[in-house]
Amino acid sequence: MLLIRCPYCEETLPEAEFTYAGEAHIIRPERPSDQTDEQWEEYLFIRTNVKGAHYERWRHMHGCGRFFNAVRDTVSDRFLTTYKAGAPRPDLSTLTESQK
Amino acid sequence: MNAPICSLTPSILAESTAARVSLAAPCARFSLRARGDLGPLEGALGLTLPGRIGTRADAGMLQAMCLGPDEWVLHAPESAASGVLSACEAVYATHPHSLVEISGREVTFVIEGPRAAELLTLGCPRDIETIAVGEGRRTLFDGATVLLLRDEETLFRMDCWNSFAPHLRHLLETGCRELAAEAL
Repeated sequence: MLLIRCPYCEETLPEAEFTYAGEAHIIRPERPSDQTDEQWEEYLFIRTNVKGAHYERWRHMHGCGRFFNAVRDTVSDRFLTTYKAGAPRPDLSTLTESQK
Repeated sequence: MNAPICSLTPSILAESTAARVSLAAPCARFSLRARGDLGPLEGALGLTLPGRIGTRADAGMLQAMCLGPDEWVLHAPESAASGVLSACEAVYATHPHSLVEISGREVTFVIEGPRAAELLTLGCPRDIETIAVGEGRRTLFDGATVLLLRDEETLFRMDCWNSFAPHLRHLLETGCRELAAEAL
C-alpha cells in the first residue's frame, strides 16, 4: 500500500484514506464559449500521460476531506512530494535531486 | 430530532477479556464550518476552537474537535443543543458560518479494555498509536468513514453513520471474541 503525506494533516497515512482525482494544474478556460471545439476537447480530455514525474490531484477523503496536489513517479509509484492546492508547481529538478 | 433510526439501543454490545464494545447514549452533534476570524464564534461557544487537525478542546460539557482546516465537530449533551444553536445564530450576521446539527446521523461506539487499540487495527488502516490520548481523527474503519476519539490509553469512542452501525458492530463483536480466543 502507498503511504501518502497529507499537506493539511501533516501526517503520512495509508492510501486507503485517499482518493485519486486526476491530473493537477488543469485550468478551466475563463470563457468556455470563446473556445474552439479543439481547445475545449483539449481541456476536457487530453492529458499528458507522462512516464516519470506526474503532477496529480489527490483527496484526503476519509480524513480532512481536502484536495491537494502530489508529484508521483509513474514508474516506481514513489511520491516525490505533496503540496497544498493552489500552491505553485514545485521545481522538478529539486525533487529528483532530493530523491537520490 | 434524535429519532432512533439505528436499530441498536445503548447497551453493551460485545464483551470479552480483550475489550468491551458498547453503544453510548445519544448526544447532540454539530458540524461547524468557518473561515477567517474565529474570535466571535469562539466567544459565542465559550471555547477556543482547536487549530491543528485532530486536536480537541473542551469547555464544560461542550467538546470540539478539529477535522479539517475549516471544519470542526462539536459534541454536547442533548440538553445543551438549543443553547449551542442560538449562541452561534447570534453571531451569524457578523461572522457567516455553517453550523449543522447532525445528532441523528451518527451513533457512538465506546471501545475499552486492555486490547482496545488492537481491536481497532482490525478495520483501521492507520497506525492507532499516532492518535495521542486526548486527540482524535476522522479515518476509515472497514470501509466506513468514522470519527475515532481517544479519551484514554485504552478507551476510544467511534462515531459512525447509522447505516454503517450494524456492519461495524458485527466486526467489533467478532474482533472481541477473536482477540479473547487468541489469549487462551
